[in-house]
Amino acid sequence: MLEVEQVSKIFPGRKGLFGSSPEVQALKGVSLRIAKGESFGLVGESGSGKTTLTRSILRLDVPTSGRIMFEGEDLATLTPAALRHLRSKIQIVFQDPFASLNPRMSVHDIVTEPMLVHRAELGLSARQRSDRAAELLSLVGLGEQHLHRYPHEFSGGQRQRICVARALAPKPSLVLLDEPTSALDVSVQAQVLNLLIDLQDRLGLTYLFISHDLGVVRYLCDRVALILRGEIVEEGATQAVFEHPQSAYAKMLISAMPQVAFS
Amino acid sequence: MSNPLLKIRNLHLSMHSFDGKAHVLNGINLEVKRNEIWGLVGETGCGKSLTGLSVSGLVSSPPAEYHGGEILFDGEDLLGCHEQRLLALRGNKIGMIFQDPTTNLNPVFTIGTQLVDVALAAGASDPQVLGLTVGASGRARRRAARALAGDMLDKVGIPNARARLDDYPHQFSGGMRQRVLIAMALIGRPDLLIADEPTTALDVSVQAQILDLLRQMVDEFRMGVILITHNLGVVAQTCSHVAVMYAGNVVESGPVRRVLEQPAHPYTRALMRAIPTRDVKRGALFGLAGSVPNLLSPPTGCRFAPRCALASPACHSALPADREVAPDHKVACVHVSAMKETSYA
Repeated sequence: MLEVEQVSKIFPGRKGLFGSSPEVQALKGVSLRIAKGESFGLVGESGSGKTTLTRSILRLDVPTSGRIMFEGEDLATLTPAALRHLRSKIQIVFQDPFASLNPRMSVHDIVTEPMLVHRAELGLSARQRSDRAAELLSLVGLGEQHLHRYPHEFSGGQRQRICVARALAPKPSLVLLDEPTSALDVSVQAQVLNLLIDLQDRLGLTYLFISHDLGVVRYLCDRVALILRGEIVEEGATQAVFEHPQSAYAKMLISAMPQVAFS
Repeated sequence: MSNPLLKIRNLHLSMHSFDGKAHVLNGINLEVKRNEIWGLVGETGCGKSLTGLSVSGLVSSPPAEYHGGEILFDGEDLLGCHEQRLLALRGNKIGMIFQDPTTNLNPVFTIGTQLVDVALAAGASDPQVLGLTVGASGRARRRAARALAGDMLDKVGIPNARARLDDYPHQFSGGMRQRVLIAMALIGRPDLLIADEPTTALDVSVQAQILDLLRQMVDEFRMGVILITHNLGVVAQTCSHVAVMYAGNVVESGPVRRVLEQPAHPYTRALMRAIPTRDVKRGALFGLAGSVPNLLSPPTGCRFAPRCALASPACHSALPADREVAPDHKVACVHVSAMKETSYA
């Protein structure tokens, strides 16, 4: 479904009054293939290039070289109209549920906004959009009574559910999850992870799950790739990578995981 | 058994907010001895940070108000202490490390300047820290403080430490900055170290290094440590004891292995089942239903009762007292004695 082929991204250096900074190579020949219906985990530490890759897939950044193909189409060759259509198919849930919801919009407006933006593809009337918003809320475990409330009235876990509802609104096939639970407490994290699994089973979604939390990745993902300084250092089925890590980096990361069990 | 270094007894704290009075600490009991690392765990808003801040006397009142209870540090009640006395204790007897290593260093001074300042302040109240006698000259003190700053940086594992004293905070990585802050907290040779989420902002590999360092420092300086975190993995790897907090109460406490392997309180059990470990199958993770109670009008009795599967009328009537289910393993739950005493007898 998604193919990333030899993608590199170089951010140019800066020349300024107080000196210059060298260029930064954020991605070095990254290749990934994500199949339909799969949960793919991308694990890396800060500065490894996770975010640059995500932004490239959403085409918020343009790669310096390489290709990104989504459902057989090269993102670089798309016309603006085709790109808009594509964006209804790829949606994202961000890390911080406190920063990613507009405090001045009601939940109804937040969840219907993507349907409004993509009304050409979805063809829903205002009434149908409201109905779908209510449906989506019940899908993520909230209710119709929450439609006319504002984000500040919700807890972190509930807000992340609203973000998931918003991401699902334009009927995407691929959902990028950028550390969706790292701002949440463990018990709430468990609820949100179970919700994501349930939604995937019901709607046949494909997930690209970006995280630095190996425990969460092991729980949710079928396949996993480790990224280090812009390069994929290891990729494989989750169980294989966790039980028989090949690269030194994977071994180091897995041994550094804080385990609750005692040896 | 040695006397506890820190003894918190029945500590109550409330905060005034626009909506009314929130009862945020509801009778905390905790005892920390030398060489013990106590993990203080719980979810957002359970009062773990406020417990730490109360010990260092950094909760400003108003808006906060203490109603009873005491914090005994080496036998001295910190709540009754004058600010002057607290100033002398903080940094010398009680060290602190906070979550974000970036905002806790001043960007316009070198690391050396900042460490030397701390060393001089510590030396002012206890000249032995600098290895000098009382009447030493200013120049001698300054030289000794700089030497100490270099030694401490070296001790926390910063390569080429003495040369790096002249570097600015932005020249250090996040993990290195946290090492600098640990060095700073340990300069005054504190008896008690309060570490409030010291590794939350760091990558896993760096986190493991910092926790190792913390353990080494405890062995070397024989301190007591309160490690505040929400990560039970970190507790299992680092701490000797753990106290689990929920909505302003310590619900379960004891030796770390005993508590995490045989959790007795329903909340601790739920928390353990919410962690994705190797053996948890996809979709089988346990999410705790409901949410944390509003502390403006907390439930009477056990604060966990509204979310508890075992809750009975007795739970709602009075706050359960601590029961010792094994040596040092205390649980505040009315259902526990029946559950555990039989299996323990």
